[in-house]
Amino acid sequence: MSSAPIPDRAILVDMYRKMTTIKQNDEKSRAIILSGKIPMVYYSPRGQECIPAAVSVNLTPEDNICTIYRGTHDMIAKGVPLKDLWAELAGRATGTCKGKGGPMHITHPASGVLVTTGIVGSSLPIANGVALASQIRGDKRVAVAYFGDAASNIGAFHEALNMAAVWKLPVIFVCQNNRYGEHTKYEKTTAAKQIADRGAAYSMPGVRVDGNDPVAMYNVAKTAIDRARAGEGPTLIEAMTFRFYGHVFGDADKYMDPGEKKAAMAADPVPRYRQWLIDNGHITAGELETMEKQIDAELTEAIEAAIDAPWPEVSELRKDVFAEEIAA
Amino acid sequence: MTTESPSKPAVKKIGMIQALNMALHEAMSKDERVIVLGEDVADPEEGGIVGVTKGLSTAYGDLRCRSTPISEQAIVGAAIGAAIVGMKPIAEIMLMNFTTVAMDMIVNHAAKLRFMSGGQTGVPLVIRTATGAGLSVGGQHADYYEAWFAHTPGIKVVMASTPADAYGLLLSAIDDPDPVIFVENTLLYFSQGEPPEPGKRVPLSVANVVKPGSDVSLVCYGSHVAPSLAAAGKLEAEGISVEVIDLRTISPWDRKTVLASVAKTGRAVITHEAVKPFGVGAEISSVIHEELFDKLKGPVQRVGAPYCPVPYSKPLEVAFMQGAEAIEAAVRKTLQARAAA
Ligand SMILES: Cc1ncc(C[n+]2csc(CCOP(=O)(O)OP(=O)(O)O)c2C)c(N)n1
Ligand SMILES: [Mg+2]
Repeated sequence: MSSAPIPDRAILVDMYRKMTTIKQNDEKSRAIILSGKIPMVYYSPRGQECIPAAVSVNLTPEDNICTIYRGTHDMIAKGVPLKDLWAELAGRATGTCKGKGGPMHITHPASGVLVTTGIVGSSLPIANGVALASQIRGDKRVAVAYFGDAASNIGAFHEALNMAAVWKLPVIFVCQNNRYGEHTKYEKTTAAKQIADRGAAYSMPGVRVDGNDPVAMYNVAKTAIDRARAGEGPTLIEAMTFRFYGHVFGDADKYMDPGEKKAAMAADPVPRYRQWLIDNGHITAGELETMEKQIDAELTEAIEAAIDAPWPEVSELRKDVFAEEIAA
Repeated sequence: MTTESPSKPAVKKIGMIQALNMALHEAMSKDERVIVLGEDVADPEEGGIVGVTKGLSTAYGDLRCRSTPISEQAIVGAAIGAAIVGMKPIAEIMLMNFTTVAMDMIVNHAAKLRFMSGGQTGVPLVIRTATGAGLSVGGQHADYYEAWFAHTPGIKVVMASTPADAYGLLLSAIDDPDPVIFVENTLLYFSQGEPPEPGKRVPLSVANVVKPGSDVSLVCYGSHVAPSLAAAGKLEAEGISVEVIDLRTISPWDRKTVLASVAKTGRAVITHEAVKPFGVGAEISSVIHEELFDKLKGPVQRVGAPYCPVPYSKPLEVAFMQGAEAIEAAVRKTLQARAAA
């Protein structure tokens, strides 16, 4: 774990709560897909829990995020209610998006999840616009754009960074570098030695951090978010991490050196952080167990409620295309 | 009822993915100018997300089959540049929704360079891409944009319904001197069919009369050929004879075959997976009305998806996707005009 400054106990515990919720949510997601009860396309964020947990504890409920298909960790960390999330994953009428969006398009403005995109790179330009509105209104909100390492090779990334920098937008670009884009290794497609270096090209701070180290990640996120809130402009954060279950659930990982994944899983950030919290006297094992049990119960309830929830009516196809319903 | 004659050896069917892969091997082994660019297409990346490009980088080298950054604009741009100077690039854009990121390259450049240069430069490029509803992937992974591209002069648009057609059409697309968007259907990837004859091309802009008939002409392509045949089979049992025409090339389409069929039947239905309003069906229907108004026995009918993005939730997706039932109903509707008259 990175050295000082170490945040307050409440923040440390809150980060763990978010991380373990994401981890447990992932375990339940994979189990429920395998059971056939809720079939869905699933881009597991397991292994990347720490990044949005550390970012989110620095955000207010009014701050907004734009995220991507691999984004349940970002959504949970920002506070999307688990019941609404699960009902959407199950395609039910009670879901965040009435079942119309699905796992790749979870939207929940009430908790600050404004856009989830399935198009690589598209979270960044839109986050700029959200930040632009805050800049004009002077409401001191910040916007976070989450995206992957491979997304830094698409035009939208470069256009968005330049615009954010030249306009000093209150936006934070959080690249979750898990070293692969689908089946392709980082080095094969990315000329920059590190993505953080790309910040310099747009005259903005570019910071690489161990995204699996909660304290280090917290400090980097805090600096960037404080800076954005103070009107000093954007930051590009490159958070180093690894995805444990390949690109999409069911991925055979044949393109990957087996040792690579094993090593990453052996350094699982969640149990490691748990142990650190106990060892450093921030919380007891017993307290953590109680928390974990409570989260498990909450998740179980959310999933069961989703399965029992009603399906949307077919007439929904005519609603929400425009604000006004399309005539039958 | 027909039965296989015992003397005829059963031909081993092949899958769509295999047929496409065979066509790529055929083209790359015969012509050094053919190159493949796309995300995850080379063998270290498993030869494409479903394996269409498997074996190509191993067989022809990683300069000729290259995994790219996630940079659709740069992929299509590079393919255009290479095409202008004499290569025959095949750019794979993983899903049709991602062509939107490369729209400038496709629409402003690939489609127009020949015309704007007065014929000095041409773009013999193939863009292979895939799409289709039915896999619960929601609004950004299953759109059909063939009407957009067909509405852009200078691009050809092709969709195959069987493995053998896919093989032959892809080879023709690669041979073609102009840009071709070759659209694959994600559900049809898992279909089987008769194997193609090695090297045999299926010409572009020539439709296939899959089933002859005399009462109604049913024009379809891609994923809607199988449900069209199913609907035609059902109607046949009631004595309604449906001629099923697989367009195979959406643009430029085979007007001759379609118009000859409708001149004979006097009734037409056009069906596609894409959203119905402003779709390909509208163009074909209009041409039929322009050319054959006097011969029509009833108004031309269209089948297509309702006017909304592809929904995620299963019952909504099922309602969104039109199949044999909707096609059958449209055919019946063209016949009602006769009954009423
Ligand atoms: C414009 C576009 N091109 C291609 C894809 C297909 N695709 C989905 S995820 C992905 C890899 C993205 O990798 P990265 O940005 O590193 O994020 P990760 O999935 O690793 O979290 C690709 C190529 C897409 N969704 N959008
Ligand atoms: Mg990645």
